[in-house]
Amino acid sequence: MSKDLTLEEPLGKVIVVTSGKGGVGKTTTSAAVGAELARRGHKTVVIDFDVGLRNLDMIMGCERRVVFDFINVIQGDAKLKQALIRDRRLENLAVLPTSQTRDKDALTKAGVEKVLDELRKEFDYIICDSPAGIERGAQMAMHFADEAIVVTNPEVSSVRDSDRVLGLLNSITDRAGKTGAEPVKAQVLITRHDKSRVDSGEMMTVEDVLEVLAVPLLGIIPESKAVLRASNLGVPVVLDDPSAAAAAYEDAVGRLIGEQIEMRIAADPRRGLLQRLFRRAV
Amino acid sequence: MFGFSLRPRKAASANTAKERLQILLAHERSGSGGARPDCLPQLQREILEVIRRHVQIGDEAIDIRMERGDELSSLEINIEFPGKLGVN
Repeated sequence: MSKDLTLEEPLGKVIVVTSGKGGVGKTTTSAAVGAELARRGHKTVVIDFDVGLRNLDMIMGCERRVVFDFINVIQGDAKLKQALIRDRRLENLAVLPTSQTRDKDALTKAGVEKVLDELRKEFDYIICDSPAGIERGAQMAMHFADEAIVVTNPEVSSVRDSDRVLGLLNSITDRAGKTGAEPVKAQVLITRHDKSRVDSGEMMTVEDVLEVLAVPLLGIIPESKAVLRASNLGVPVVLDDPSAAAAAYEDAVGRLIGEQIEMRIAADPRRGLLQRLFRRAV
Repeated sequence: MFGFSLRPRKAASANTAKERLQILLAHERSGSGGARPDCLPQLQREILEVIRRHVQIGDEAIDIRMERGDELSSLEINIEFPGKLGVN
């Protein structure tokens, strides 16, 4: 193969999964989006930016295999290759866990950039799982992003925080600071959507949320029992049994990579009386 | 009495969650019995040092994998040597 510069492989895309508010589903989303991209054949790595409170490893089910972490790599104590945990289910998927013992100051801009630059050469997609809040960890997770998935629940504090995060994406990121660079492409992912409560007027509609935030919609993830089950098992929800949440994540990933997929609001079927009587463990 | 109870049967995935947490937290609280994550970089450096007394290898030649278990954990250390070993 010639080493012609113009023919070099395109660099991977950095996508931050962020929200401001905690508990809205950032890590669930990072795991599901990462796994679905990998299942579609894209080389994907998911990075945990929540230094001191790592949880991506648990959600991805690789918590027993963590040896080195993101901070070890930044500080030169380990090579990137040594810290990456290859998923046992999907060969295209890897996890870069964060440190459970250090504090957020260990995330330096130069260090994060160096690691991301290296990952861009090997992976098609680099998913940055942001911590909650808008402090250092969250800022580092979004700083070098090309795109952003803003995870939002149809609930006032979550929408407000999402608006704040959208503001930061447009002001403090690398792309925001570079003249001539395209701004970070931000899309909203609505999670924990409960159709019955929307129908009864108890929950804001998707249109309500979009009207307030004024950014494109990536997808609507329904409230689903499958999400807790997947987290219990340490399996990204798209790799577990079929569910409405999994189907919604599959659609969202399709849109993320440019497919035209009609927006739909899915919900898990309610169990019938017979199924409830002969309950099978889930 | 009739083979079923009114208490909802505990879902299997919740048991898995509890077991996973117990194993992980036992390791985290104890500092993993001498295999604290923070001691691994030093362990790696020292292993490299010892090997370099005999064979020239690069920093990337060492690969440490771990599997934390309930009863015991295993540490797998792979070291890649250059093409031929310099053994007499």
